[in-house]
Amino acid sequence: MSKVLVIAEHLNGKLNAATAKTVSAALALKPEAIDVLVLSDAPDAVATAAAQIAGVTKVLTSANAANAHAIAQVLAPQIVEIAKNYSHVFGPSTTFGKDLMPCVAALLGVGQVSDLMAVESPTTFKRPMYAGNAIVTVEAPADHIVVATVRTASWPEAATGGGAAVEAVSVSAALPTHTRFVELAAGKSDRPDLQSAKRVVSGGRGVGSAENFKIIYDLADKLGAAVGASRAAVDAGYVPNELQVGQTGKIIAPDLYVAIGISGAIQHLTGIKDAGTIVAINKDGDAPIFEITDVGLVGDLFQILPELAGMLASSTN
Amino acid sequence: MKILVGYKRVVDANVRVQVKPDGSGVVTDGVKLSANPFDDIALEEALRLRDAGKASEVVVATIAPADAQPHLRNGLAMGANRAIHVVADDAVSPLAAARAFLKLIEKEQPDLVLMGKQAIDDDASQTGQMLATLWGRPQATFASKLVVDGGKATVTREVDAGLETIEVDLPAVVTTDLRLNEPRFIKLPDIMKAKSKPLETIPLADLAIERGDAPKATHYAPPAQRQRGVMVKDAAELVAALKQKGLL
Ligand SMILES: Cc1cc2nc3c(=O)[nH]c(=O)nc-3n(C[C@H](O)[C@H](O)[C@H](O)COP(=O)(O)OP(=O)(O)OC[C@H]3O[C@@H](n4cnc5c(N)ncnc54)[C@H](O)[C@@H]3O)c2cc1C
Ligand SMILES: Nc1ncnc2c1ncn2[C@@H]1O[C@H](COP(=O)(O)O)[C@@H](O)[C@H]1O
Repeated sequence: MSKVLVIAEHLNGKLNAATAKTVSAALALKPEAIDVLVLSDAPDAVATAAAQIAGVTKVLTSANAANAHAIAQVLAPQIVEIAKNYSHVFGPSTTFGKDLMPCVAALLGVGQVSDLMAVESPTTFKRPMYAGNAIVTVEAPADHIVVATVRTASWPEAATGGGAAVEAVSVSAALPTHTRFVELAAGKSDRPDLQSAKRVVSGGRGVGSAENFKIIYDLADKLGAAVGASRAAVDAGYVPNELQVGQTGKIIAPDLYVAIGISGAIQHLTGIKDAGTIVAINKDGDAPIFEITDVGLVGDLFQILPELAGMLASSTN
Repeated sequence: MKILVGYKRVVDANVRVQVKPDGSGVVTDGVKLSANPFDDIALEEALRLRDAGKASEVVVATIAPADAQPHLRNGLAMGANRAIHVVADDAVSPLAAARAFLKLIEKEQPDLVLMGKQAIDDDASQTGQMLATLWGRPQATFASKLVVDGGKATVTREVDAGLETIEVDLPAVVTTDLRLNEPRFIKLPDIMKAKSKPLETIPLADLAIERGDAPKATHYAPPAQRQRGVMVKDAAELVAALKQKGLL
């Protein structure tokens, strides 16, 4: 029987929704137990939140001042000490998990399954390669611990309502001091979080400037949506990097995705394949985005968006 | 300071990759191969550090079949001083690549290793992190800014929450994100010059690394295709279509 250790992702005392998605992937193994590990300087609030995820057996906390910021080379030795009692170690395929989990795998001397999207058996999984152009079945060696990052867009958040026990663990691993956190410049925003939002409105190069992006934000506000962007829009400086959607940005699965002035390069489409409904507005009727849109509208975004905003305002009143 | 650059050859980013009908892999015959875009950025960053007088030597290394020599010559034409070709007949896993690079590090003693944040064929995003771990040195992944000063590097990282800055002691492994720099183009005369630059070949077997403990790909399938939906005429029709789908 499988025993899964899930590494919790958190920031500023808040559990990231990616953790509950990772628990969903763990549940697909039909395991005997799923324990969540919280590494932090002050783990209590995060542990309490993690204990509420349905399906979680136990929450383990490793409190250490060195865990104040997620430094992969500091966290990995602690995880490995605890991981020895498990058959699987899962983390989310976010920048946190991508940075950290290969270190865990390397210390355990095993390869890693990246971006796990389906579970076929406790050692057989599906994952995307080539920007999602191939879905590959991979088999992990049966006699090793399986280390994986979980493609969060493929899994729903596990329900809440659990009541797992929280248990402090102490680890003896020596932790390196060669890496120091300096600062995090986070875009402060009251808008919905791009990675967990049910609706996302994205703008591309066609939006033309940072100032013009206001109409994207306006539409997003009308829809209660998060804002995303293509790489071209980020590179041009219209919006900050954390809004990038795609192969090298965020992979998302909202119920509704609205792509505005985005051509639909394969690297962008990789990021939205699992969206419920895709809407595109583009002045070029031959733009590749229309090949995968559920509802397409050919036209000038600067004309259409104000009209749309007006209609949405009157229809929601 | 010496910089070692991971320089992988992959299916070109503009190729629409096709899965073979029998599910044994993807079609690579006659398909354009190029340097991994992130590795071009890694090499560019190394060259800029050398141009700025911070580094004295830039070495590109690849683990690839024998026919990858022209790929390494491209790296030399872009400006690397030397190239190392670890010759492997089949694809190596990120863990095996990290173990092989560790052997190169033992030999070369670089102060900085630059790699891509991910190879766009396996999309693994593992090798740099694994290498740093096996080496017992710091890592700074997804770098969009790198400042090397004395025995330290200050790195700005593109993370989900925004931009994180960390400071690492050297030697260290840094993996590159797209916005670190814009790689230079290779100039014709440099292609000629590159022909006489040193290129060392090492059979992978000579590095005597363990390879059996990585997940194996057993079947390839094309992704589920999304259907092309309806086209609407104007904003009013769009709103109506979304209402019909229960989205408004
Ligand atoms: C290794 C690699 C990784 C990458 N990763 C990503 C990634 O993660 N995410 C990503 O997005 N890209 C990524 N890219 C880049 C990708 O290939 C494209 O270059 C990018 O997605 C293009 O962005 P865009 O659609 O906004 O711009 P463009 O391709 O320039 O398209 C702009 C569109 O706007 C339309 N338009 C212009 N004006 C108007 C108007 N007034 N009204 C309506 N429509 C208008 C045009 O018709 C056009 O279709 C990556 C590339 C590489 C090589
Ligand atoms: N076979 C290889 N040859 C050279 N560099 C490699 C190889 N495999 C991985 N790398 C380096 O590791 C990075 C990340 O690769 P991956 O972990 O496969 O996504 C690449 O961008 C390269 O810099």
